[in-house]
Amino acid sequence: MDMSTEYLGLKLKNPLVPSASPLSKNLDTAKKLEDAGASALVMYSLFEEEVREEDDLMDNYLYSQDIGHNEAHGYLPVSDNYQTKTDEYLAQIFSLKHALDIPVIASLNGVTVGGWVDHALEIQQAGADALELNVYYIAAEPDKSGREVESLYVDLLVEMRKHINIPLVMKLSPYFSSVAYMVRELQKHGVDGVSLFNRFYQPGIDLETLNIIPELSLSSSQESLLAMRWVGLLYGNVDISLAATGGIHTAEDALRMLMSGANVCHLCSALLKNGPGYLAKILAEMESWMEEHEYESVSQLIGSASKLNAVEPAAFERCNYLQVLRSYQV
Amino acid sequence: MGQDKSLIIDGNEAVARIAHKTNEVIAIYPITPSSPMGELSDDWSSAGQKNIWGNIPEVIEMQSEGGAAGAVHGSLQAGALTTTFTSSQGLLLMIPNMYKIAGELTPAVIHVAARSLAAQALSIFGDHSDVMAIRQTGYGMLASGSVQEAMDMALISQAATLKTWIPIVHFFDGFRTSHELARVIDIDDSVIRAMIDEEDVVQFRARAMSPDRPVIRGTSQNPDVYFQARESVNPFYEAMPDIVQQTMDKFAELTGRQYRLFDYVGAEDAEQVILLMGSGAEAADETVESLLEAGEKVGIIKIRLYRPFTAQRLLKLIPRSCQAIAVLDRTKEPGADGEPLYKDVMTAMAEAIIRGDSDYKVLPRMAGGRYGLSSKEFTPGMIKAIFDELKSESPKSPFTIGIIDDVSHTHLEWDASFETSAVKKTTQCVFYGLGSDGTVSANKNTIKIIGEETDLQAQGYFVYDSKKAGAVTISHLRFGAEQIRSSYLIGTGQAQFVACHQDMLLDRFDMLEMAAPGAVFLLNSSAEQEAVWDSLPPNLQQQVIEKKLKFYAIDAYQVASDSGMGRRINTIMQTCFFAVSGILPGDEAIEKIKSAVEKSYGRKGRRIVDMNFRAIDNTLTAMYEVKVPERTTGKIEKQQLIPDSAPEFVREVTARLIEGKGDLLPVSMLPNDGTWPTGTAIWEKRNIGPEIPVWDEELCIHCGKCPFVCPHAAIRSKVFPVDVLEDPPVSFKYVPVKGKEFPEGMQISYQVAPEDCTGCGICVEICPVRDKSRSSHKALNMRKQVPLKEQESVNWDYFLTLPEYKRSDIRWRTMKGAMISQPLFEFSGACVGCGETPYIKLATQLFGDRMIVANATGCSSIYGGNLPTTPYSKDPQGRGPTWSNSLFEDNAEFGLGFRLAINAQKDHANNLIDTLSDDLDEDLVTGFKQADQSDEAGIYDQRQRVERLREQLQSMTGHEARALEGVADYLVKKSVWIIGGDGWAYDIGFGGVDHVMASGRDVNILVLDTEVYSNTGGQMSKATPKGAVAKFAAGGKTMKKKDLSMIAMAYENVYVAQVAFGAKDMQTLKAFMEAESYPGPSVIIAYSPCIAHGVDLAYNLQQQELALKSGHWNLFRYDPRRTEQGKNPLQLDSAKPSIPYVDFAKTEMRFSMLQRSQPDRSRELFGQAEKDAHERYEHYKKLSEITYENEDAAITSKEN
Repeated sequence: MDMSTEYLGLKLKNPLVPSASPLSKNLDTAKKLEDAGASALVMYSLFEEEVREEDDLMDNYLYSQDIGHNEAHGYLPVSDNYQTKTDEYLAQIFSLKHALDIPVIASLNGVTVGGWVDHALEIQQAGADALELNVYYIAAEPDKSGREVESLYVDLLVEMRKHINIPLVMKLSPYFSSVAYMVRELQKHGVDGVSLFNRFYQPGIDLETLNIIPELSLSSSQESLLAMRWVGLLYGNVDISLAATGGIHTAEDALRMLMSGANVCHLCSALLKNGPGYLAKILAEMESWMEEHEYESVSQLIGSASKLNAVEPAAFERCNYLQVLRSYQV
Repeated sequence: MGQDKSLIIDGNEAVARIAHKTNEVIAIYPITPSSPMGELSDDWSSAGQKNIWGNIPEVIEMQSEGGAAGAVHGSLQAGALTTTFTSSQGLLLMIPNMYKIAGELTPAVIHVAARSLAAQALSIFGDHSDVMAIRQTGYGMLASGSVQEAMDMALISQAATLKTWIPIVHFFDGFRTSHELARVIDIDDSVIRAMIDEEDVVQFRARAMSPDRPVIRGTSQNPDVYFQARESVNPFYEAMPDIVQQTMDKFAELTGRQYRLFDYVGAEDAEQVILLMGSGAEAADETVESLLEAGEKVGIIKIRLYRPFTAQRLLKLIPRSCQAIAVLDRTKEPGADGEPLYKDVMTAMAEAIIRGDSDYKVLPRMAGGRYGLSSKEFTPGMIKAIFDELKSESPKSPFTIGIIDDVSHTHLEWDASFETSAVKKTTQCVFYGLGSDGTVSANKNTIKIIGEETDLQAQGYFVYDSKKAGAVTISHLRFGAEQIRSSYLIGTGQAQFVACHQDMLLDRFDMLEMAAPGAVFLLNSSAEQEAVWDSLPPNLQQQVIEKKLKFYAIDAYQVASDSGMGRRINTIMQTCFFAVSGILPGDEAIEKIKSAVEKSYGRKGRRIVDMNFRAIDNTLTAMYEVKVPERTTGKIEKQQLIPDSAPEFVREVTARLIEGKGDLLPVSMLPNDGTWPTGTAIWEKRNIGPEIPVWDEELCIHCGKCPFVCPHAAIRSKVFPVDVLEDPPVSFKYVPVKGKEFPEGMQISYQVAPEDCTGCGICVEICPVRDKSRSSHKALNMRKQVPLKEQESVNWDYFLTLPEYKRSDIRWRTMKGAMISQPLFEFSGACVGCGETPYIKLATQLFGDRMIVANATGCSSIYGGNLPTTPYSKDPQGRGPTWSNSLFEDNAEFGLGFRLAINAQKDHANNLIDTLSDDLDEDLVTGFKQADQSDEAGIYDQRQRVERLREQLQSMTGHEARALEGVADYLVKKSVWIIGGDGWAYDIGFGGVDHVMASGRDVNILVLDTEVYSNTGGQMSKATPKGAVAKFAAGGKTMKKKDLSMIAMAYENVYVAQVAFGAKDMQTLKAFMEAESYPGPSVIIAYSPCIAHGVDLAYNLQQQELALKSGHWNLFRYDPRRTEQGKNPLQLDSAKPSIPYVDFAKTEMRFSMLQRSQPDRSRELFGQAEKDAHERYEHYKKLSEITYENEDAAITSKEN
């Protein structure tokens, strides 16, 4: 079975690519993912906040230690070997590239354009095959219009494109007035692909302390329907790679996503829950289903049930809503 | 010689460079101002830098200087080239070994940053009292007067000691040279190698102790031979001066810098000559040059080799024309008829005349003078005054110069406005900043840039005030084409550039006094451009106009914020300096600053580098010139720093110190025995808190936690009856107190001292109450200080007038109750969020009115006793803690002495009562016999009895009655506290602590455990935990933390408690009360978060909790009294570790630094630390579960 697919100009042996997760922090688990059949790997993200926080810490406790006491102009010896989070990240790219045969896609997660170009250049220099920009922006300000929020994304991309020549993919949230318009705009400004969709983690409240606390939960297959709809709507309307992410847990989920038009399917929660080897299971089941249903290749499958090619294209839009409501038995 | 590389370094670094290159073992103990030498050596060894033999010197930190001297002695005896660095008290502790090292003819150098000795007070500043105290040990003594000389003499002394076999103390002035940044010419390794004769090294090793050719040393000698053996060293001392001169000559051949044992500078026909050594000689050199230009016939002799003292060589340098000689000593020997150098010179002169080989037939006019004690300024004006005095018929002797002595009238008057011609050839710049604002580091950077990029000579000297945090810094920078010998501060009217980096300092200092006519004044001001002129107090405006200053301003904090720099203004102000000072052309300067930024932050801080570049660019557009009007617009009134209501001493003396005018105080106004009043910090309103807590009286539950955790006693609670309120200020808040412990009608108020609060926010953090409608709103909320200052000051003053709750009615076992008591430790200069001070404050609340404190040297002695003010204060009856810092190593013994004295006097009082019992009221005598002072009520009753006793004694005659009056107060129980940090308790003072624990006497030892030497800048102690990074443990401490509690518990008669106020406040309160009630030695080991942990102390409380949860710290109390009740004395008060150790460690830079620099090693050490934490807990748990049988039961069962 020809499981190969093309993504961001990279030729991949199959459409299953683990997305950004702690699994790539460890060379052993990364290797296990490759052994299980992963065709590429998206690294854990380098977070803008982490880098900033570390810069501030280093400034406060290493570079500017003088608090104005005559007997002590510093309190901690400064080491030359201090490895910043950035140093660590770049070293990990290097290690992964050496240990694995499959392409390694680095991931940057942040908010401002600022020093990001420098990090991207360093990442490119370290040998990453592509770069995923995870622009995790919560549009919380009432005086920032949708247009302004969108231009944040575009400005970042334009700046990046000026300096970076490895493929760029942007991981987007679904919260745009017009997802299709957004993706087209990004395509216009040179993005090589988009990854749909980012899961924004919602904070909870601790009833005892009244503190806002982090609440992390893994995805479920249910969530994949969101990406599936939009991938389906976009396929054929854009020329860039489409990656589906969020809630792909089974071979069925993956196949449906490919049919909607995705070039690759990202796996994260499924692997965290079931281990790296689970990827092999999904891959095997996909191949077996395709053989049963007499498909020849993944490329044949891709987009076959997108809006462009669907039996009922309108189902991707509003009509689907009424149908869904009617189908629900109380 | 080749290419001479120049460096910008200070004296300590200059010396350490040579010492590290020429030694194999370095054993030290840190002490200001010599600590950096040891730290640098440790840094270099950690980085793998080698000495000239290709080996990395071994650097070890000992437990005290005594220990360091022992280790040095041992290392030398076993054949390794060994050195050490010290000052002051540390040098004194080395004396016993110095006699031995010299007596055994051992080549070695001790480098000393010479510092005052503690007499009526301690001082970290420079003079020669320490080195003069070792002159009889047999060590050679070589003095340096400048940074270049310090580096050169370090090498000369090392080479000379190997040839002469006589050990040498190489000394240079503490702070003035040790901390002065100057441009020096480096000494190449090839020169160092050429100077050290390998044959000498071979000989040295050949004489070492070795089983291969065994000898014994350190024998015990008897009257038959000791004397002769002592005299056998004479030939070595005879030969030494020549050898030292030869060494100096060899150095000159290699470097071009020629030194002599004594150097004469001045007229060939000089009539007045001054002899001196150290940095003062440089200022004198400069002064002589100037006076010669004016036609004066003067000269000086710089003394370099002080021991052995080759009188003849010295005398030959005095010109025949000389009629009067002054010999200056930078020390004082009370009771002597002259200071050491003066007496040495006098003896030499007299002997020469007696021998007949002097040019003088009779002694010339000679005077001995004292100058510069404890870094007192020694200026050209003073030097000229000495020369002038020497012109008189009988010059004053002894004299002092630099002070006003209106008691013994020893001082000479001097002209403070006298300037040398050198002053005109240098550009002088003064910068006023505040502690952590980066002013000092910006200036150091500036000097480096100018020194390394131009041919200019550069000098930097930095003055700090006495606060530990938020101290005012004044930087003195000089630049010029010629060598700068000005070893004194820039004087009034001399600065071409004055900068004020903090506008709040404008009304604290007459800073424009410093400005020369036509100078530049740069101000960092947050005022609007149009309002900047009006923001200057009238005296400053006057100076701007009169001196025609060019006035520039910038809102540096705005620029910083706009550039993403937060509150870092150092690069911004540095850019301004270069832009307006003209020292380097504008663009070139900017380029240099940018490359210096790159160099400092390297590729690791790319974002920081970019931000700095942005800030630099923004600065040039943001700085503006201020239009100076014709007249002053005097809107601001100079604030009176100390109100008229303050006591006389505070107004007359303390105020002068706070104003920075302490130099003007004459001798008569200073306490002669070192006694200073308490209750002075309350008069100093620092206004350093940008925000202060505001009390929401409706939400508050009166738990009392906020006054408990406040490091500065800036928030207090009081309970009072409603009818004492007379005309309270409108905004003063008070509500009926909750709970049944207080009678009806009682009110409570929580009040902040707005001008003393530092804004740390810890009180808000601990507050447990949240508004149910707005969860971010608590019973305390931080708000901007400025708008609230006036109103809350009025409220605070009113709060202070309300009566204190009667101590005997307070429910001490409750937090709410205990916290209404008055803290007698208020507004210290400790760091914002300090982890030590809440414990001290608590002790003063519980026992302050009968408390005597022995305090070890360390942070607690600095924030406790560094003038001008002390936070210890008095209650309305005038009682309060009495406090003294003796030394470092003797603190436990010092406190034990207190207890012995108190008991002796109490016994004396009781005996006198017995003797006088017939003349005293019977029930009074019975009352004393049966007195129970175990609680405040009992103590109160005893005080009443003493009052009655005094009344009766007044009408009695006889010496017993008088004697009893003198000791009656000792009948009231006294609380002895021995307080110090882990540096004292675990290391240098441990011997004393151990002995005091063993003594069984009733004292309370409080160990403020920051797990590192905090005060001197983070050197490791035995309390430093495994895996923590500290100085002398740069790769993370390998050894476990010493378990002081276990050692104490082993005695079985010591009350031991481990506490952490931010984790369990009630347990801390209990422990303090139990410790005091225990009639024997009590030890409280208190966990104290510190900035040296590399954490923002706003998180003080969270860090304590994390320490506890991870098992890093445990809470328990060991009370020996429990065994009498058949109970196990040990009670564990904390639970077993519930979070991984690394979850605690990663939050503190002292640990996380290791994760980032040596991840494998950190994993290993943290893994072990985690295991240790569990094991330690289990161990304590097992101990606490041992069943203790009742003694009587045991005996009974045996009998059966």
